[in-house]
Amino acid sequence: MQEMMKKRAIELLANGTCDRVLGWTNGDFAYDQTPALFRTEQELEEGFVYNGFSAANLSKYLVKECRAGGKILVFLKPCDTYSFNQLVAEHRIKREMIYVIGVACDGKADVEKLKEQGIDGITAIKEEGDTYVVSTIYGDKTVKKEDVLAERCVNCKSRKHMVYDELIGEAGDVIADCGRFDMVEKLEAMTPDERYEFWRGVLSRCIRCNACRNVCPACTCEQCIFDNPKSGVAQKAAANSFEENMFHIIRAFHVAGRCTDCGECSRVCPENIPLHLLNRKFIKDVNTFYGTYQAGEDPAAKPPLGRYEKNDIEPGEAGGVKA
Amino acid sequence: MKKLSSAKLNEFFAAIAASKALYLPVDNKSGKAEYKKWEAGEEMSKALNTVRSAKDFFFPQTENLMEFKMDGKRVEVIDTRAEAEDFVIFGVRACDAASFKILDSVYLVDPVDSYYKTRREHGVVVTLACGKPAETCFCKVFGIDAADPAGDVTAWETDGAYMLRANTEKGEALLDSVGALLEEGDEAAVAAAQAKTREIIERLPLSSLSTEGLGVGKTAELFDRPEWKTLSEACLGCGTCTFVCPTCQCYDVRDFDTGNGIKRFRCWDSCMYSDFTLMAHGNSRNSQVERFRQRFMHKLVYYPDRNNGTFGCVGCGRCLSRCPISMNIVKVMKTMGGKNK
Repeated sequence: MQEMMKKRAIELLANGTCDRVLGWTNGDFAYDQTPALFRTEQELEEGFVYNGFSAANLSKYLVKECRAGGKILVFLKPCDTYSFNQLVAEHRIKREMIYVIGVACDGKADVEKLKEQGIDGITAIKEEGDTYVVSTIYGDKTVKKEDVLAERCVNCKSRKHMVYDELIGEAGDVIADCGRFDMVEKLEAMTPDERYEFWRGVLSRCIRCNACRNVCPACTCEQCIFDNPKSGVAQKAAANSFEENMFHIIRAFHVAGRCTDCGECSRVCPENIPLHLLNRKFIKDVNTFYGTYQAGEDPAAKPPLGRYEKNDIEPGEAGGVKA
Repeated sequence: MKKLSSAKLNEFFAAIAASKALYLPVDNKSGKAEYKKWEAGEEMSKALNTVRSAKDFFFPQTENLMEFKMDGKRVEVIDTRAEAEDFVIFGVRACDAASFKILDSVYLVDPVDSYYKTRREHGVVVTLACGKPAETCFCKVFGIDAADPAGDVTAWETDGAYMLRANTEKGEALLDSVGALLEEGDEAAVAAAQAKTREIIERLPLSSLSTEGLGVGKTAELFDRPEWKTLSEACLGCGTCTFVCPTCQCYDVRDFDTGNGIKRFRCWDSCMYSDFTLMAHGNSRNSQVERFRQRFMHKLVYYPDRNNGTFGCVGCGRCLSRCPISMNIVKVMKTMGGKNK
C-alpha cells in the first residue's frame, strides 16, 4: 500500500498534477508519525510512510495550503473525506486546487493501547496480516490489530470515501450499525446528577492545551474567541474550574451540525477525555429532530442548523430537563 | 539506608499522611497516572510516569495572587495567600526531580518568587528510581541518572521491599517520623537494582542522542536555519507540549473582574499560543515558525547560555508521547544538532 501510494505521488509530481504532496512521515519508533509536505521525489523516497499508525486527519492542513497556492496532492482515509467535504462546503478549501487520493483504511492503531498491554521500550513495529509484531528492548511481542484499534475506529462509521479523484486500495461501505451512539445512549439513560458527575469528572482533567480545538477540521475560525485577549474568556486557564467545562460545551455547540465525527479531538487529547461523546450527542440529536444527516457526506446538502423550515422543532418540544 | 517491606507500604503512607498531606501517582478513570492526595484505600500507580509532571506542586497551572477591592477612590489590596501546609510527594521520577532544579534557577533567583519559594520550603520530595524506562526516555542525555534520582529521600523498589535513603535534613526528618515501620536497608539490593536499570538505559533508543551543535553560544548559528520551517510545518499551535513539560515555566498574569473587585491570578502560558508575550505594540512572534523556534531555542540554547551549559530539558519524554502530531524536542535535536540525524 505504502509503496503504491509513494509511486503514484512521484508520478503525479513529475507530470505536474501537483507541486507538493501532503502525507505522513516516520518518526523514531514507527508509531510517531508527523504530517508532512513532500516537494520532491527524493523527499518522498526518504520520508513518506503509510501504515496502521498514520492516524492524523490531513484535511485541515489544506486550509493553510490552499492559501499558499499551487496544486496539492492529499491522501485521505475514508473518515477524512467527510472533513474534506465539509471544508469545501464551508468554503475553507478550494476543491480545484486539490488532487485527492482516497486510501483504504482498516482502522488505525493507538499506541496507548499497546502500552496498556504492558508493551514498553518499543523500537520497531511491523504489520503482518491482522497482527502487529512489536520489537521492544524487552523482547518481541505480537498483538492482534483489533485489540489495539484506536477508540474512534472501534465504532468506524464508514470505510467508503465521500470524495476522491482516484482510489488506492479496496473501498468499503458505510457501516450503518457501527454502534457509535451506544455510549451516548448510556449517558442519556443516566440521571442528570450522574451525567453531571460524569462530565465534571472527565473534564476536570482538562489542561486547556487547546489541542482538541486546534486539530478539529470544523474549528477554522480566523481567530477563536478564546484566543481573543479582549473577549474576557481566557484561552489558557481558568479563573475557575467551570471555565474548562464551558470551553468544551461552547466548542461542541459551535461545531454542532458541522462535526463529521472524525474523532481527532479524542485522539489528540493528552488527558484521554472522551470529547467525541459531546459531539456524538449533538449528531444524534440532529438526527432525531431534523432527520438523519451526516456532515461531510454531500458538500451540496443544506445543513440542518443552517436552514429554516416551518415545521422545524420548537424549543421545549425536544423534552429534556426543565431548569 | 532504610528498608520498608512492600507489605507495609500502605501503613507507611498512612503514617506520613497522619501529619502531612501526601500525594502520589494513582491511576485515574482513563487508566493514566496522575498525582492525587492519598487516602486510605488508594493504590499507587504502576505507571512509569504521570501525564502531568510534578512541577504542578510548586508551580500550579493557575493560582490567585491577590485581590483588589474598590471603595470609591480607595483601593484595598488583599493578600489572599493561605497558610501553606507541609506536604510530601511520593514517587517522583529522576527527570521530574531534576526539573525542580531548573525551576529553582528561575524562581529562586532575584527577584525571588515568594509563592513558589513557600511551596518549595513546605514540600518534601520522595523520588522513586525507575525500573522499566520507556523508549521515550532520554534523561541520560542530560546527565540525569534514572537509577539514582535526587530529592529529599530516594526510594528504590527491590524484591518485596522499598529501600529508602535520606538525602537532606527534610528527608531525614521524614524517615525519622515513620522510623517504627523501617528496618536497616540493604545497600547491595539497591546496587543490583541500579545496575539493572542502567543496563536497560544503555539499550534505550534515545540514550545515544547527541547534544553536539546545541547549547551555549549557538544562537547565531541556529536561529536562521531553514529547517525550522519544515519542522514546524505540521505544528498545530496547541499547548500540549508546554503544559505536560516539567521545565516549561512561563506564565501569564490576568485580572478577573468579579463584579465588585478584581482577582489577579496567574496561569501557565505557552509560547505556542498566538497571544504569548502580547504587548501594546502587538506580538513579537507572529508566525508559528517563530513560536515553535522559541520553545526549542529556549530549552536548547538560551537556557544553557544563562545556566553554565545546563539544558532546559530533562528528557522525560512526555512531549514525545503527547504531541498530537508527534513533533518533539528529539526530532529537533536530531535535525539541528550535529549527530544522529
